[in-house]
Amino acid sequence: MMNYIWVGLVVIAVIFGAVTGNISGVLDNIFAFADTAVEIALGLIGIMAFFCGLMNVMEKAGLCEKLGHLIAPIMRKLFPEVPEDHPANSAMALYFAANILGIGNAATPFGLKAMAELQTLNPTKDIATNAQCMLMAISTTSITLIPVTAIGLRSAVQVEGAAEIIAPVIIATTISTITGVVCSLVFQNMKRWKWESVIEAEIAAGTLEINEHYVGDKPIVLPEGYKAKGGSDKVYL
Amino acid sequence: MTAFLEAVSIWSIPLLVALVSLYAIFKKVPVYSVFTEGAKDGFNTAVMIIPYLTAMLCAIGMFRASGAMGYLTDLLAPVTNLIGLPAEVLPMGIMRSFSGGAAEGLMADLLATYGIQSQIGRIASVALGSTETTFYVVAVYFGSVGVSKTRHCIAAGLLGDLASLIASAIIVNLMWF
Repeated sequence: MMNYIWVGLVVIAVIFGAVTGNISGVLDNIFAFADTAVEIALGLIGIMAFFCGLMNVMEKAGLCEKLGHLIAPIMRKLFPEVPEDHPANSAMALYFAANILGIGNAATPFGLKAMAELQTLNPTKDIATNAQCMLMAISTTSITLIPVTAIGLRSAVQVEGAAEIIAPVIIATTISTITGVVCSLVFQNMKRWKWESVIEAEIAAGTLEINEHYVGDKPIVLPEGYKAKGGSDKVYL
Repeated sequence: MTAFLEAVSIWSIPLLVALVSLYAIFKKVPVYSVFTEGAKDGFNTAVMIIPYLTAMLCAIGMFRASGAMGYLTDLLAPVTNLIGLPAEVLPMGIMRSFSGGAAEGLMADLLATYGIQSQIGRIASVALGSTETTFYVVAVYFGSVGVSKTRHCIAAGLLGDLASLIASAIIVNLMWF
């Protein structure tokens, strides 16, 4: 998709520039903005190095584990399907803690582990469970204390006031996360997306595949004589 | 209220730095060497972003100089003005859900063109910082376990992104404008 957007931007720019007579401005901006790009990226090095250093200290000091313990009670409310002693809990707690602290590098492996653990509680092979959708609702809306990249880009342009967005970001990201979580809670019970109705539709279409690594206590009982046709590997977004 | 929130912004990083280092030294972590070792990654992160910034900034710079951007924002303004969002921020807000690198490029353009303390610069920064690249996150995490039917995930993620954009405009306008 980025291919089309990029080609669209430059082609429209040249056509528009030709029509409005701004074509020399279009040319000048290629050079000017290529310069700006490198200037900003170079300005980003120092502040990114500082935050990466600080994050390494947080990680080595075990702050993720500490914070993970603190948020565990909230998570039990958001993931009622996950048994209390299941390893998915600690993986998710670490993942959210790393996100809150802004430790991007550490967050991804924790997140992949959390998703893999939740998959052991998925009776199907390829349909997202409510818990998996909730994990995604929280990560796509981001939970962060310090928006490192945004601050870095700002300080690369101007140092004064670069950090003034921290408080507004904390408020805005809380609002977006609550929106994502509430939408998930509402949507997961809507006819179109409800777990039971998706399963029924898949059985009727003969595309349901059972997860042979399922460890939960509510396996799906398939109707007699059912044989899966086998789905495709395509991700439907 | 603005004074309080500004104080939070000013104090959070210094406090975090002090508390984290104190806690770490208390936990017998060799803070200085661990910090410098981690700081090496910062260089890579910043250098890695150069190709994306250049591609996006040059394209958007051409688009802006041609007058097409002005035309587009004039077209969007009647809608975005309803929530106090400058139309200039909307392209970045939409891109945010699809590509993190491209959104960062668009924001860098807004910061360089309008200044980081302008209404546009502030709203764009808050919007960029308060959400994640929905399509990328969903594709990576569900791809890793082979889940292809994502049910309501994208819908919930996109509504969260929209909420963050609207909230950013409202909060910045309340605080400073």
